[in-house]
Amino acid sequence: MIQTSIIAWILRAVQFGTIIMFGSMGEILTEKSGNLNLGVPGIMYLGAFSGFASAYLYENGTDNPIGIVCILLALISAFLAAAFGGLIYSFLTITLRANQNVTGLALTTFGMGVANFFGAYLLQGEVYTAAPATNAAFTAKIPALSSIPVIGEAVFSYGFLAYAAIALAIVMHWFLNKTRTGLNLRAVGENPGTADAAGINVTKYKYLATVIGAGISGIGGLYYVLDYNNGIWATTGQIEALGWLAVALVIFTTWKPLSAIWGAYLFGLLYWLYNFLPKLLGATDVERTQSLYQMIPYLVTILVLIVVSMRRKRESQPPASLGLAYFREER
Amino acid sequence: MENMHTSDAITLKGITKSFGTKVIANKNISLSIRRGEVLSLLGENGSGKTTLMNILSGIYYPDEGQVFVGGKEVAIRSPGDSFALGIGMIHQHFKLVDVFTAAENIVLGLKGHGKFDLKAVGEKVRAICERYGFDITPEQKVYDMTVSQKQTLEIVKVLYRGADILILDEPTAVLTPQETEKLFGVIREMKKDGKAIVIITHKLHEVLSVSDRVSILRKGEYIGTVDTKDATEISLTEMMVGKKVTLNIDRKVPVNPKKRLSVQNLSITGEDGIKVLDNITFDAMGGEILGIAGISGCGQKELLEAIAGLKIVDAGSSIDFIEPDTDKPDSLIGKTPRQIKEMGITLSFVPEDRLGMGLVASMGMTDNMMLKSYEQGKSFFVERKQPHDLAEEIKGDLAVVTPSINTPVRRLSGGNVQKVLVGREIAAAPAVLMTAYAVRGLDIGTSYQIYNLLSEQKDKGVAVMYVGEDLDVLIDLCDRILVLCAGKMTGIIDGRTATKEQIGLLMTKTSHGEESANV
Amino acid sequence: MNKAENTHLREPLVRLAKQDGVPVKKKVGIRAAAIVLALVIDALFIFLVTKLNPIQVYAEMFKGTFETSLRFMWAMRDMVSLLCIGIALAPAFKMRFWNIGAEGQVLMGGFATALCMMYCQSLPTPVLFLVMILTSVICGAVWGLIPAVFKARWNTNETLFTLMMNYVAIQIVAYATNILRGQASSLGTINMGTKIGWFPKIAGHDFTLNIIIVAVLTVLMFIYLKHTKHGYEISVVGESENTARYAGIDVAKVTLRTMLISGAICGLCGFIIVAGNKHTIATNTAGGNGFTAIIVAWLAKFNTFYMALISFMLIFLEKGAGQIASSFGLNDFITDIISGIILFCILGSEFFINYRLIFRHKK
Repeated sequence: MIQTSIIAWILRAVQFGTIIMFGSMGEILTEKSGNLNLGVPGIMYLGAFSGFASAYLYENGTDNPIGIVCILLALISAFLAAAFGGLIYSFLTITLRANQNVTGLALTTFGMGVANFFGAYLLQGEVYTAAPATNAAFTAKIPALSSIPVIGEAVFSYGFLAYAAIALAIVMHWFLNKTRTGLNLRAVGENPGTADAAGINVTKYKYLATVIGAGISGIGGLYYVLDYNNGIWATTGQIEALGWLAVALVIFTTWKPLSAIWGAYLFGLLYWLYNFLPKLLGATDVERTQSLYQMIPYLVTILVLIVVSMRRKRESQPPASLGLAYFREER
Repeated sequence: MENMHTSDAITLKGITKSFGTKVIANKNISLSIRRGEVLSLLGENGSGKTTLMNILSGIYYPDEGQVFVGGKEVAIRSPGDSFALGIGMIHQHFKLVDVFTAAENIVLGLKGHGKFDLKAVGEKVRAICERYGFDITPEQKVYDMTVSQKQTLEIVKVLYRGADILILDEPTAVLTPQETEKLFGVIREMKKDGKAIVIITHKLHEVLSVSDRVSILRKGEYIGTVDTKDATEISLTEMMVGKKVTLNIDRKVPVNPKKRLSVQNLSITGEDGIKVLDNITFDAMGGEILGIAGISGCGQKELLEAIAGLKIVDAGSSIDFIEPDTDKPDSLIGKTPRQIKEMGITLSFVPEDRLGMGLVASMGMTDNMMLKSYEQGKSFFVERKQPHDLAEEIKGDLAVVTPSINTPVRRLSGGNVQKVLVGREIAAAPAVLMTAYAVRGLDIGTSYQIYNLLSEQKDKGVAVMYVGEDLDVLIDLCDRILVLCAGKMTGIIDGRTATKEQIGLLMTKTSHGEESANV
Repeated sequence: MNKAENTHLREPLVRLAKQDGVPVKKKVGIRAAAIVLALVIDALFIFLVTKLNPIQVYAEMFKGTFETSLRFMWAMRDMVSLLCIGIALAPAFKMRFWNIGAEGQVLMGGFATALCMMYCQSLPTPVLFLVMILTSVICGAVWGLIPAVFKARWNTNETLFTLMMNYVAIQIVAYATNILRGQASSLGTINMGTKIGWFPKIAGHDFTLNIIIVAVLTVLMFIYLKHTKHGYEISVVGESENTARYAGIDVAKVTLRTMLISGAICGLCGFIIVAGNKHTIATNTAGGNGFTAIIVAWLAKFNTFYMALISFMLIFLEKGAGQIASSFGLNDFITDIISGIILFCILGSEFFINYRLIFRHKK
């Protein structure tokens, strides 16, 4: 049935979009402070692993795991672990003024290593392991609404984090554009010298934006394991690819949280194209050609990059001091 | 504190500040700033004026010494501390966020009280503007503002914050004489309101016209403070430079000037569709210095870059180089710098951005010498022997102070950087020599060294073009002066008969002849 | 505004000042200290997680590279693969072109080599090798050139462009191997029996040729960057595009040429990895070296000899970690953690070379 196919496609797309929406919103916040953190994949690994590990240990240590405890435990530990990754990055790039790109890449290696090294202890030789109760808590659908045909299935049948992502995007939009703190943060990313002279504590803003941003990105990793991937942990390279897509989405949305909503879902639709387009087209031999469909989101990202660079609007430019370290007494 | 005055807003005692291990910017400086008074901080470039004031604004922290505000010792560790003490500094390089509006820039960094309401801010800004007669729209984006509007915004910003001690760092550098007069009017108003005002400058006539007292710094040291009414230009210069100086430029009457460069109907349209240069026509003569005056950002940079082959010009423009021997015109339109050189034409160009355009900051003198000549010869490899010799020669001839000719030029002082650049450009034996703000940031001695180098080139028959900001120098140095205003040419006048007021009027004259009225 | 009240009469505890021209001895000392610090942090980490004696663990690490001559050759083989990519990236990064697409460029080169090995078996060996080299160099170069064209023309962000090109390359290779493997579960070793298109053994070792090629490249790239007109142009463009234009350098041309070279060497590296080591192609053939090599090139400040040193250190760690993993029953991912911490420490140590700390002194 074409309709079920499309609904299933939307379902996967929204879930996929939610992962990278968290990832890229964290990165938008970070980049607004002038820090280009290429450690997003590593940070998402940290969030994914510690979120899963805490839930897993809790589930296995108690007879009757309570849903809300699972959720809180997983969320808090994912946020903290990812924020710790952001803290390493912040200390190196803000306090020690190390090169941002290289530090980010090293953080990606480090985060992946930590997640998979400790992950192996949970796996204990198995290929995968699961936290079913936590997964159930994270994927719980909205009662009643989700059983409305078509609309309910396509709009109201996601775990609460999918809606939280949208809410967060709106809150971030309001924060960046309508509050004093948001204005100050943007000034730090645009021109730290000016912000400093205006009495803004540049270091504090950069630290907070980067650490909190990393925490938000980490939730994306958590969502990947405990919702999108059905609460299953396995040694995987997939989160890295998701992390890079999250970074790409930041540019795609030209640093606007509201655009991240539809941008993320669009990425999701494109990413899952390989599973549904052949079916819709009635194509056979899907297994062999799926790689070609999987290429599409990357090609589209490239296309967007090119179009954005050709249009060169003032409003779509990155924060002016993105990637540069700030030293007040620079002469 | 025996000599501490009751009306002292700020007293500095024994301030010392060094950068790295070698540069001592301030050495044991003590002075005071009083309420209801304008203090001029006078000194040459590199004498430590800006560093000293940046200590008050919280940008730098002193190595030694004490700061008293209102008689109480304080430690200013950040710009935030400085604001809290009522100190507001207007930096020479504006501290504004380009993509923000005026109102957003003004409230930047302020601690919030209640709702964040940009409209209320706008009202308060309008009130301040009315009090002093400023012309600022709170909703205007900074990237749409003129230089003088940006400066006004900076002043409104510190007033909005309730500053009663104002520090202005070289505020007139980018203004016309008329705009300067208007600014001084504002300063006198503020003085009447009981504010303490410091003006950092090296222009003597401004010191005499606006200030009550003058404190003089030389090479990081405090020389003394005098009452303005007891001072003359000569006495101040001596204190500033440390010796009697004869500030004369030997301007010879051009001998047999010949047309070397002919520019006709030159127009350049910028990315946003605005004409950066509009229908410029003039000739530059060999054996003459042609001055180019104008408020900064009026097309001077684009004019020189267009001639040098670095800017794309509009259709219908023509730039011809007239060959000295044959008087044959060669069009330079559409030619890259390399193609111009391959035509056998040597254009030398000392750009405004010395380390970002004229030189490679991370390379030493030797590697910088070959910047425009490295591709000579057929070899795949670079040849460093000649550049090395040239570097040694320039180091000797122009007395460049550098640890070694391989020290990155970024580590040299501003004056030495300029000597390296000008030395290289003159060594190329140019037919046309273009300079943009050749003495900006240089001390008086080096400045006069540069003026004399340019005059020598003129006497050799080179067509020299000199973009300058100091009108006194333009009048003393140049044979003719071309004036630009907002990309249009508003006149070419004889340097020997021109007056500052005349040039100032031309600098603000729009196409219909009326003066633009924004300060 | 509440004046003066919140301003304490205390100088900040620590202040910073820029410093320049630190003596070489001190620079080496600072970097050595960083590595020692990293090893201490790693030791603590190992002890806390595994309760093993870190000294014993470190002693075991040496075996990873030095226990047998075969292991040493393996380490050298992996080191030159990493170094080769570093060499490829050096000119691009020196030009401040953030080519993080080495992974894809290597993969495309290796892919071309693999195809030649499968479909050009009838060619005489020298011709076959020539064809392999040419096709892989061209594939790598094209993969590097595409983002450069857009960078040169529209200033398109190359960091993400090259990154996305990695994934496009991965999907191409995934698609091709799906087709090529037929009914088998994987592509397997190409020409297992005939060894057609494999590097020959030289001096009794399988990987001598890999090492020779990269050693030659190391020297050539050093000379290219330091003593040629091209190298000079790369330095000027990397420092400031304005200066380059002022000097009459065609920035677009230099960008394209440099990325052509960078991509070509990456392609060549793909050739070395496939023909001289793996003898097969898979989506993970480049194995993350494309990213690690960026760090290698950056830390070495584009000096290819320093790059060799850093590559060796990283491979030594990797091999050592593998050894620890098998001896003590840990898993391989400890490598990523250990090298991550070492990189953090080295990156952070640059601060103490560039800045001086001034502590609060008594009044």
